[in-house]
Amino acid sequence: MSDVQEAPKTRRIPAPATNTESLPFWEAAKEGRFLIKRCGECGKAHWYPRALCPYCFSADTRWEESPGEGVIYTFSVMFRNTPVPYAIGYVNLDEGPAVLTNFVDCDLATLEIGQRVKVRFQETEGGPPVPVFAPV
Amino acid sequence: MSIKGKAYIAGVFEHPTREAIGYTTPQLHAECAKGALEDAGLSKDDIDGYFCAGDAPGFGAMSMADYMGLKLRHMDSTETGGSSYILHVGHAAEAIAAGKCSVALITLAGRPRTARMGMGGGGGGPGRGGPPPGAAFGEVPEAGFENIYGGSTHNTYGMCAMRHMHDYGTTSEQLAWIKVAASHHAQWNEHAMLREVVTVEDVLASPMIATPLHRMDCCVVSDGGGAVIVVSPEVARSLNRPLVKIIGAGEAPKGPRGGNDLDLTYSGAVWSGPAAFAEAGVTPKDMKYASIYDSFTITVLMQLEDLGFCKKGDGGKFVADGNLISGVGKLPFNTDGGGLCNNHPTNRGGITKVIEAVRQLRGEAHPKVQVPNCDLAIAHGTGGSLGTRHGAATVIMERE
Ligand SMILES: [Zn+2]
Repeated sequence: MSDVQEAPKTRRIPAPATNTESLPFWEAAKEGRFLIKRCGECGKAHWYPRALCPYCFSADTRWEESPGEGVIYTFSVMFRNTPVPYAIGYVNLDEGPAVLTNFVDCDLATLEIGQRVKVRFQETEGGPPVPVFAPV
Repeated sequence: MSIKGKAYIAGVFEHPTREAIGYTTPQLHAECAKGALEDAGLSKDDIDGYFCAGDAPGFGAMSMADYMGLKLRHMDSTETGGSSYILHVGHAAEAIAAGKCSVALITLAGRPRTARMGMGGGGGGPGRGGPPPGAAFGEVPEAGFENIYGGSTHNTYGMCAMRHMHDYGTTSEQLAWIKVAASHHAQWNEHAMLREVVTVEDVLASPMIATPLHRMDCCVVSDGGGAVIVVSPEVARSLNRPLVKIIGAGEAPKGPRGGNDLDLTYSGAVWSGPAAFAEAGVTPKDMKYASIYDSFTITVLMQLEDLGFCKKGDGGKFVADGNLISGVGKLPFNTDGGGLCNNHPTNRGGITKVIEAVRQLRGEAHPKVQVPNCDLAIAHGTGGSLGTRHGAATVIMERE
């Protein structure tokens, strides 16, 4: 038997920093639900979630469950300083806001701007799972 | 109130080291300050204003003023990453115009090579050159939602290049011309890390780092630093140095701001540039020389468009065929070799952009790259990440 470890197939994700403002998001993430914030005053959704609306500065921002669907705005496949290439990029959610994320569970060479993707959650090292996106 | 004509750059210094074995970071800052003072013909006790950013150790201006023994009546530690020091020139001019100081020192220094400091990612968030001292990272608002995705300067700038190519048809060949131009200039700089002249084919053949950026689309990692001294008109005229007058400055942050209508194909230069040109009463066409922050080739291309040197989307055509090479093209840029070939001290290139512009205006650039009768120059920078949030800063200078 060999104790040589197999190279990881996907990049390991560290535990995300959490705080009181973001806690409901991470609680929902543990249940596989993707939350975004929408403003009760101006009606706009925003990302990352904030206590005050970044558009109208209303404190009436509300959590809302999103199907987590949208299109790839842009991406970059990283080869440097990593045991396995990975893709970072933005998704334009159907609700409007762009979300920085990783694109997973696909051939990275086939990623394209404008491609439809959907959220899924990936385990992290000792923290709540984080949203990543895969082509549909 | 305007800063136009209210302040001059009297002294500059670029540290010759690229691998600072046996130095401390405060020591590098102080050596740069000393070099700039000698260049200006001023002494340390003349300094009454000091400007530094996140690379300054400890509590920034407080710690460095104590280390250097400065007695100050004005200080400013505004942190916008690599563009901080260009922004500081504008702030120093404001402070001088307001009578808050008359001799302002700006320093940058660090040792990412020898200290093996992390690049981007980590606690500082995507695209930031490591954590500023004393920052409360649990409180960085986007940290939990962004720092987990392996963002670095390479791939966050890669994202911008990818979208720019998609929207405007920009090509890797066009980006490569920016590196080619920088290498043509670096061959004459004895301190430059990369002095070999390269071709478009060389750039395209270099390893892919983060799509669509190749290794040669990326700036060097170097130790070192620089300093700039900004003085009042009275002090400037008392010194035996060419008069380099600050005639316009602009600054602006840009970020996703809630994520709607994200557009990564332009930078904060769309605001800082016009503000600086309006204050100076000049246009991009008037510029004889341009120092443009070149963390990556795409950084240069986007900033040239945003500053108005060409139409949005035409940057690829503008930079191609040697248009940025001194003596060859219409807009000589980064004649020291820039961050792409010469130097990118502590992963922040802003101050070297001011320094080379001053050399050009004084007629002190290398003869092989000196722009004839260079009387108007721009220095522009982007700090942070084009792909997430960044600070843009523009300064326009005139030789009197
Ligand atoms: Zn609102």
